[in-house]
Amino acid sequence: MIKTILARFHQGYRTNAYPKTVPLLPDRFRGMPRFDGGRCPAGCGACADACPTQAILRKKPATLDLGACIFCTECSASCSSGGITFTGRHELSARKRDDLLTKGNAPVPCEPLAPDLGKLFKRSFKLRQVSAGGCGACEADINVLSTVGWDLGRFGIQIVASPRHADGLLVTGPVTENMRIALQKTYDAVPAPKIVIAAGACAISGGIYRPSPAQHCGVDSMLPVDLYVPGCPPHPLTILHGLLRLLGRI
Amino acid sequence: MTRAPLAVRNCETIPVDAVPRFDGEAFREILRQQLAEGGRMASLFGCTMDDGTRIIAVVARHMTGSLAVLSCDAGAEMTSLAPDYPQVQLFEREIAEQFGVLFRGHPWFKPVRFHPPPPPARDLFSKPIGKTDFFAVTGDEIHEVAVGPVHAGVIEPGHFRFQCHGENVFQLEISLGYQHRGAERLLLGGPRKNSRYILETCAGDSTAAHALAYCQIREALASCEVPPRAHALRGIALELERCANHIGDLGALAGDVGYLPTASYCGRIRGDALNATALICGSRFGRSFLCEGGTLFDCDDVRLAEIGKNTASIRADFTNAADLLWNEPSVLARFENTGTVSKRDCEMLGGVGPAARASGCNQDVRQDFPAGMYQFVHIPMVAHSQGDVFARAFVRYGEALHSLDFVRDQCGGLPAGAVCADCKRPAPNSFAVSLVEGWRGEIVHAAITDSQGAFLRYKIVDPSFHNWGLLSYALRNQQISDFPLCNKSFNLSYCGHDL
Repeated sequence: MIKTILARFHQGYRTNAYPKTVPLLPDRFRGMPRFDGGRCPAGCGACADACPTQAILRKKPATLDLGACIFCTECSASCSSGGITFTGRHELSARKRDDLLTKGNAPVPCEPLAPDLGKLFKRSFKLRQVSAGGCGACEADINVLSTVGWDLGRFGIQIVASPRHADGLLVTGPVTENMRIALQKTYDAVPAPKIVIAAGACAISGGIYRPSPAQHCGVDSMLPVDLYVPGCPPHPLTILHGLLRLLGRI
Repeated sequence: MTRAPLAVRNCETIPVDAVPRFDGEAFREILRQQLAEGGRMASLFGCTMDDGTRIIAVVARHMTGSLAVLSCDAGAEMTSLAPDYPQVQLFEREIAEQFGVLFRGHPWFKPVRFHPPPPPARDLFSKPIGKTDFFAVTGDEIHEVAVGPVHAGVIEPGHFRFQCHGENVFQLEISLGYQHRGAERLLLGGPRKNSRYILETCAGDSTAAHALAYCQIREALASCEVPPRAHALRGIALELERCANHIGDLGALAGDVGYLPTASYCGRIRGDALNATALICGSRFGRSFLCEGGTLFDCDDVRLAEIGKNTASIRADFTNAADLLWNEPSVLARFENTGTVSKRDCEMLGGVGPAARASGCNQDVRQDFPAGMYQFVHIPMVAHSQGDVFARAFVRYGEALHSLDFVRDQCGGLPAGAVCADCKRPAPNSFAVSLVEGWRGEIVHAAITDSQGAFLRYKIVDPSFHNWGLLSYALRNQQISDFPLCNKSFNLSYCGHDL
């Protein structure tokens, strides 16, 4: 018993203070990309050629789809004029798919839920997680939110076992053909009104698996999505920020 | 005519034509001999060549540190080896599903991932996901429990069928395939700009291990010499990944038996290990850290010192949290004699990694087939003989500590020099195989290139592919309520199996 108590002292209080203070991210963390189209030499498309997920659209001005981006640095490494850099900004989530198409460095807009839904979910929000082809990384960083380091429960948000106990689904993975029916059934089992969150590049756009015929290029191919959380995988801070924005708590 | 397989080393490239080719009868005879002499089927896969489907076998011979490679032409039908060597049963079903080759005499001939084969191969199963002839026990008071694909927790999907007598499990059948994303098919015709990233997400918690296996293949096929500093950084990535997962799972095991102090502490400490990886490359999972020819990130001495310091505090916190487990009789009572896999069963099923080492199968790629950093630094192997949840937990505890010590030592001084060498396109008409000891066990990648140096076949074997069978065996004659505990003690990857 005494050892258990001594261990408790050793381990200390470790829950971070977010959102009061933002936890320090590593200096090499790859967050919101900064696009400086003004530096692009005429006719250059090196970044689009280098991108493994076709996230860079050859438009004027050059556009990056945060929903397909896996934050891999191929584009920034290929850019001869230093026009692409990754900033340390973790705020990436959006309510609308089009808002993930970024042309520069503007923050991604992320409005809270409509007042009636917001009132319903703000203080108690239960989610069932469904991995529909997720590789385990998104799932792992969702799990992290339930550890003492993040203590998701203090926001009234909880991951629950049954869809019937849930207010919505938190979906990861590109939606494999073999998970399509299971995902639909799980969605149907959630009582209305219900929220759907797509977390990670795969769940938003198919990510790196976009060319594969064994998947459906993301959740919104079959369900209405209320929140998109980009990343491969999204940092726990990015996920939590998205959830709290959705609920109108920050 | 010689009737011996070719012996190759880990990360060695040979011409495709040098792979010995036999008729089906001789192929089986040699495999029988190899497996009877203690070899283990590391990989067995089909490949579409100009003149039809070829089957290639890679047998791991731990005693000699060599891999036996051989091949045969697949007809429409083959004779199954599975009745005598159950460790090949899943490989044969996979070949049947991918290439339409029927295995006569296979005792468990069912789909693996429930997908149609690419034409023109025959679709032998053509069943929708989850529809198969499940093994059923009948009798008084026998009941069946079906779980999944969506099952409790933040976890990947899979289907589990228990045949129970009261609380007692007679038989557990595991039916997967829900996570099938078509990874192997996406790699055909590569390498492309997305190839490495597909491998990084093969099993997301084994990013460094699968990326390393892929990079080793690319370097072998291009005769690329990786700088020593990159070897050391890759070693750090792999060992940080190992200890992060082992630490997290020890916490989860504690949680599964209701011992919350260790569950809480380890959940957080795992994050510290992931953050150490993020200090080097910005990603907690080591995404975009390794690249063909070396690594994309380097560390100066200040950064290394910080990682070394963090490693020391992770070690102190982890031993403090884990030692509570080993001193708590109520925890030990739940861990001991639960989910036992005997050495005999483990060998029969071809188990790998810490789960196999916990059953007394002393095999570790880092020791038996060393490549990269492990040619220069020896990490002691941790093994046990009990084969139960306790043994698996204790082996993983020991491995995490050795990994942390390795990282600390490396942070004391990396070899000087560059971190990346130029890695050219793969050589044409070549065959290479690469083994890495991921945290779950042996990862095997094998590649065959065509006359243009493009991937004619890229075969991935995640350790989960071998070890799901061990979990089935661990549940025999156990209480069904111990399933979560047994499952977590392996913590296998669904997508690593489904690809």
